[in-house]
Formats: sequence, C-alpha cells, structure tokens
Amino acid sequence: MTHAQHKAALDAHVREIVAWHFDPKTGSPFWLDFASKLGWDPRREIRRFEDLHKFPPFEDEWLRGGPVRRWIPQGLAGKPAYVFETGGTTGIPKSRVQLEDFRIDYEMFSDTLPDQYFPRGANWLMLGPSGPRRLRLAVEHLCQHRGGICFCVDLDPRWVVKLIKAGQMEQLELYKAHVIEQAVTILGAGHEIKCMFTTPKLLEGLAEALEDRGTSIREQGITGIFAGGTEFTPQFTRFATEELLGPGVYMTPTYGNTLMGLACSKPVSAADGYKISYFAPQPRAAIEVVSFDDADKVVGYGETGRVRLTTLTKETFVPGFLERDEGEREAPCDLYPWDGISGVRPFRSLAGGTTVGVY
Amino acid sequence: MLNLPIIRWGTPYSSLEQEDVTHFITGEPLARMSLANPGLLARDMRHVERARAVLTEIPIPELAAMMKKAGELFVNATLPIGDGEQSPEDFARAQSATTGLPVHLCQANMRKNHFVLSNMDKILDALTRGLDPAILSRGYGRESRGVIVSYQAQTAALGLVLPSNSPGVHALWLPAIPMQIGLVIKPGSQEPWTPYRMIAAFTAAGVPKEAMAIYPGHADIGGEVVRRVDRAMIFGGASTVRQYRGDPRVQVHGPGFSKILLGDDIVDQWEKYLDVMIESVASNGGRGCINTSGIWASRHTKEIAQAIAEKIGPTPALPPEDPQAALAAFAVPGAAKAIWNTVAAQLREPGATHVTERFGERLVELQRTGYIRPTVVHSASPALQLANTEFMYPFVSVVECPQEEMLKKIGPTLVATAITNDAPWQRKLIDAPCIDRLNLGPIPTTRLDWLQPHEGNIVEFLFRPRAFQTLASSAA
Repeated sequence: MTHAQHKAALDAHVREIVAWHFDPKTGSPFWLDFASKLGWDPRREIRRFEDLHKFPPFEDEWLRGGPVRRWIPQGLAGKPAYVFETGGTTGIPKSRVQLEDFRIDYEMFSDTLPDQYFPRGANWLMLGPSGPRRLRLAVEHLCQHRGGICFCVDLDPRWVVKLIKAGQMEQLELYKAHVIEQAVTILGAGHEIKCMFTTPKLLEGLAEALEDRGTSIREQGITGIFAGGTEFTPQFTRFATEELLGPGVYMTPTYGNTLMGLACSKPVSAADGYKISYFAPQPRAAIEVVSFDDADKVVGYGETGRVRLTTLTKETFVPGFLERDEGEREAPCDLYPWDGISGVRPFRSLAGGTTVGVY
Repeated sequence: MLNLPIIRWGTPYSSLEQEDVTHFITGEPLARMSLANPGLLARDMRHVERARAVLTEIPIPELAAMMKKAGELFVNATLPIGDGEQSPEDFARAQSATTGLPVHLCQANMRKNHFVLSNMDKILDALTRGLDPAILSRGYGRESRGVIVSYQAQTAALGLVLPSNSPGVHALWLPAIPMQIGLVIKPGSQEPWTPYRMIAAFTAAGVPKEAMAIYPGHADIGGEVVRRVDRAMIFGGASTVRQYRGDPRVQVHGPGFSKILLGDDIVDQWEKYLDVMIESVASNGGRGCINTSGIWASRHTKEIAQAIAEKIGPTPALPPEDPQAALAAFAVPGAAKAIWNTVAAQLREPGATHVTERFGERLVELQRTGYIRPTVVHSASPALQLANTEFMYPFVSVVECPQEEMLKKIGPTLVATAITNDAPWQRKLIDAPCIDRLNLGPIPTTRLDWLQPHEGNIVEFLFRPRAFQTLASSAA
C-alpha cells in the first residue's frame, strides 16, 4: 500500500472505531458519558484522523482509579478482562483495562521479528517488570504465540524508583544483582532459552554478570533480544551490538507503553549510525510529533516535538494523549509507510522530574 | 572544530552521542565532545588492573622524571588534542572561552600545574614522609631505621569527577600517575581542556597511554566513575559532599569555607594584614575553595570590611582577554543572577550589611553570561546566614565574634589563616578538628605549599599502611 492508501485506511479505521465507542449499544460508559457533555456527536463530526483534534486533550488523570469497568465497551461485555497499571510509585496508578489488545499487539509485533534470530518454538526469558504490568503477560503471550515457553523473574519497578528517589544506590545495586542472578540461574538451568525481553540497564547487568562467570549472552544460547522499557540511544545500541552481544545476536529496540501497545523500530544498522526510528502499529495506534506550544500542530519532518499518541482499538479509544516523551518526526519508510519518530527521550520540561530506573 | 573522543585506556573512541563545548559569550562551539554511556565505562573497568600493571613496570623516580618533562610540554608545547592540536596559547584561550576565567588566570593555572609536575619528586618525598619509592612499588620494604613497612595500593586507578569551572584544582590529582596509579577521568562539561592536554603531555613524556582513560558525559557518568573505581576524587557542591560523606572510597572536594581569624592580640593592627586579606579573598577570581569567604575578629570588623570594600569593591567586569581582568564570568546562562539573588535575599537578614553597595551594582548581566563584582558583607553575628557561606566569586563576610567563641562557631574550614601570637590560642587552633589546613601567621589562604597534603593526604587515600611480616626466604 502507498502512503495515501494507508492514510485512507487510517481514516476509515477512525470512523469505524468512533462509531463503535460512541454507539449507545457498544460504547463504554466513560465515552458515552463524555459524549453526552460534548454538545456534538463524534460519529457525525469525526470523519478522518485529523478530526480527532476536535476532542479536548485526553487527560491521563482520567485513567486513575475506579471503577475500571467504565472503560469496557458494552459491545465486549462479559469477556474476561485484565487490568494493567503504569507508574504507581506514589498515589493511585494509572490503569488500562484490556481484553485481547495486548495479545493482538504482540502478535502483530511477532510478525516483525526475524525467525533466524527469534526461532519459532524457542523458549524465552522475560527479564523485565513483573506484577501488574502489561509487559509481563504480553511477552509471555508473544513467546507462546511463537510456540515457546516463557521463563520470568520477579522485578518490582516501583521499588526501584523508590530506592532511586531515596538515594539508596547501594540497595539499588543489590536489588539489580538479585534480579540479574535470577536470570543467570534460569539461563544456566538447561531450559533451551534462545530469546529474551530486557531493558538496556538489565542487558548491561546480565552481560556483565555472565562475563564474570566466564561466559556471555551469546554463549548462553541467546540469539534474539527484544529490548524496550526505557529510553534507547543510538550510542547504547551500538555499544550493546558491538561489545555486549557480538555477531550472531540480534537486538531490536522498541518503544511502547500500556496505552499504545508497541512501536517497532526500523531495523537498526551501523550504516545508518544506529539511528532508532519507531513506527506505531497503525491503524491501531498512531504517533504524531507535535509542536511544544500547540499540540494540534504536527512539526515538519526532522523537527523536534512532543509525542502525541492516539489509540484506536475496539477495546480502547484514546485520542491525542500527550506523552512524557519528545523526539524528531520521521518520514514514512518502506516497511512502515506512515510517520514515525526518532531520538525518543523524556520530554524536556518533565525530564528533571522523571526517574528512570532499571526498568 | 575539534572533536574530543572518549579515551578508553589510551584508545580514542568516537561516540554517537556528542555535545558541543561552547564559548561562554558568543555561544560558538569550540569542540564537539563524545559522550560516554555508563555501560561503556563499566566494561572498560574490567581491565583496570592493567593500568597499574603497566605503571609498575616503570620505577617511580622515572615516572617522576616523566612528570617533569610533561610539565614542560604542558606549558610550552603544541600537543595533540582529539583530531587536532593545541598550542599553549590556544589552550589558555579555549579554557577561558568555556569557563569564563580570564586568560591570564588560565595561564597562571598552567604555571601552577607546571610547578607541581616539575617538583613531583619533592612532593612525593614530602607526602610519603621520605619513604623509599621502591616500597610503594613493591608493596613492602625495609626502611632506613630497619623496620619493615608495607603500603598496599587500594585501587588500580584513581577516579576523577572534575569540575567545570575551576581549572585550579587539577594539581591535586597529578601525583597519582607517578605513584603508579592509573587515571579514570570524567572531565567537567565546560573544562575538558586540562584533562586532555595533561594526558597528551603525559603520553608524550613516556607514560603508557594504557594507564589513562577519559569519559566525558553527563551526571550518570560521574556516578559510574565513583561506583566502578575503588578510589575517587569528586568535586561538587554541598549536596555532593553530603552524599559521599563517610564513604572511604571517595574524597569529596566541596566548598572550603576558608577563613582568616584575627586574634585579639593583633586585631588593633588589622591594617598591617589588609593585603593578606585581599589576596585571600580575590586571587584567582575568588573561585576556589581556598579563597577566603570569612574574616573573623572580635572588634574593628566594620573598619576591616570598609577597607576591603574600598580595595576590591570597584573591580570592574572586564573581558576575559584583558590582562587586568580579575573576575571570572559565570559561564552557565542564568547562574550569575541566581547566585546574586541568593546573596541579595540573605542580605535582608537584620545584622547583615552590604558594604560594597556604594561601589555600584554587583550583578553585571550580559547576553549569555554574567559576572558578580566583589562583595563585602559585614555580619554582626556568626549566626547570620551570610556569616558562614561561600560563593564562587570574590565574596567575603567580615564577622564580629569574640575570640573565645570562634572555634565553636566557624564550622568546617578548609584553610584557616590564624593571625595571632597568643600561644594558648595557637594551641587550641592546632587542636581544632574543624580546621583542615592551618596557616599560623599572615599567610594568604590561597598560597598553598604543595609539599603539604591537601584535604587528606593523597598517599594515604591511595595506599594503606598495614602490617607485613615475612621470612627472608619467602620474600618476593
């Protein structure tokens, strides 16, 4: 499909999703109540993606607290539901109710993984956050979808953030070592693990711990690493590729969160300066890079702006959520013929207050 | 424009993440510096033992001779830096342009480093109290008085988290290499010049490049240096000092709160010591932790404050190339104003008097930078906020305090110059644990004798004297 055809498909998807969420028979209590106060009917007014700007900005405070069932579309009532949380170090965490979305997102992501490095049937290690995180179940599903069994560790990212905020760096190192030790034990226990999810800091920690034991990630049989969770820089990617992993181990950076799902990166290469460009799983989610001063104004290609995220699935409708990240707008590419973003990093005016932990 | 790579045990490495080092007035980039990621440093530290191994192959006297040669090269030679080279004149100009320190003061700091490097043999002899250097290399040996002594190296390399704004501090770490301890340096973001030039001079003088590493980066790299190296010197503010207090692996160099204490026996002749006071407050742009920030006396404090204000109050903010320039700019935009606002707010406290007020506005704001002109404050009591504080420009508080109260009130003092002939009080000054360096007599706090230890003896920081017994047949 061409860029124009994708845009047409996105607009059609927007109409379908808006029709679903604002239909009194299928929509969620939250959005039906919201629409009743709007004074206009989204089903009539929203005809294309850009029309979503007519909604007032989505406030993440709406995601805090219950009852969470207000988010479940009536058209999907009765199906088993999950609730996933983000943040939560202090106060009430933001939550998202999901039925099937996390599975669909990760099955789509699975299609982008090269079988050569992520062999079908291989077992996985999930070296990332556990608890009420979507990532934990999503990675396990990805692994099962590809025919494998997923091994997990205990990792509480909220405790990590608390340790950092309290300046307890020694405790932080001990906790990190505790997590890494679980991973080393699993890898050395004959489980035929070939693939893993991890974060940049845990990848470094694991590589170091294995090297201390006279072995390496590659020697442990890992061939494919799906990495994400925190900010990724080209320099880290290059360092990891050249010095932690070596030839034969493939790493794919991703950018995602509980709201959006998962943005894949265009294959990262040395020739391209290890530049990392992410593309949202359109049409289920779309990323816009918008002006810092006017969130309705998309910046030019190559220009810097704040991430504005729109989620468009039958389970979840989130129009124009301003993320805590910024980056440069990227032109469409062959693999992902729609806008992307590169250089993703914490939003400058929030960066001072964001604590990036091991996760 | 120069490109400054990461130096990984002597091997340059160009990072994909880079940052410009810019001119403090024009904003023009003078160099592009590669930034390290913490994992890269951590990985290199797996080979830290090699740094000491290559240095121990060279006897300490030979390394001290290399320091002498390096000192000559540092002040006189055109040396490689990054992908270019730099003459001594270029160096001083570049350092001034990114730190805001006047060029002539940058040149004075070069001479200070040269002095320390040229006298390294004497400095080591003084700091080790005459120990045979071979004992440090071998780990043990028999002293001339017939006793076996042992000094155990506590680290293979000394980590350095260096400041951006004080080119004067580098002399402190120079003794590490001749003591056969490698260097792991995180340069200040505005002052990469000295570390790169020093390493180039060392290398040209014959020091194995595998013993030295430079990792420019953000605050996370500073943390990684401290975490990964067994001994680190770190320069920072009061919060950094608090963070690492009590950690034997870390020597923190923070604010000095250096002071001049005038004894009751001499204070009536205070005018005799005016020059000592002025030099202590204002030399080197008033930026150092060894610059005096408090002058304490029981009487005549108003006259003393007035006399100092008359001398240093009119000092103008001059361009950095001006040989008369006595003030350093605050190179970080907004810093001068923020600091002055703090001073101005604390001046509102009853009992604090701004004595330099009549010499015109203190804050001089330029487009991208700012200066604060010398500020003299009279504090009627040691309890005032401004009585015991420090700012990075010529700032002094003349504090009225009875002599018998002084040692209870001065708090931590890096350098105290006590001018008194009162023997019982001298005894108390010598015993006062709050004083680090003590000058008895009219010696400016800024005049350091390099044969004396500074903020702890670097030999004791890097080596542990410990018990050692052996039979002649088992000696290595």
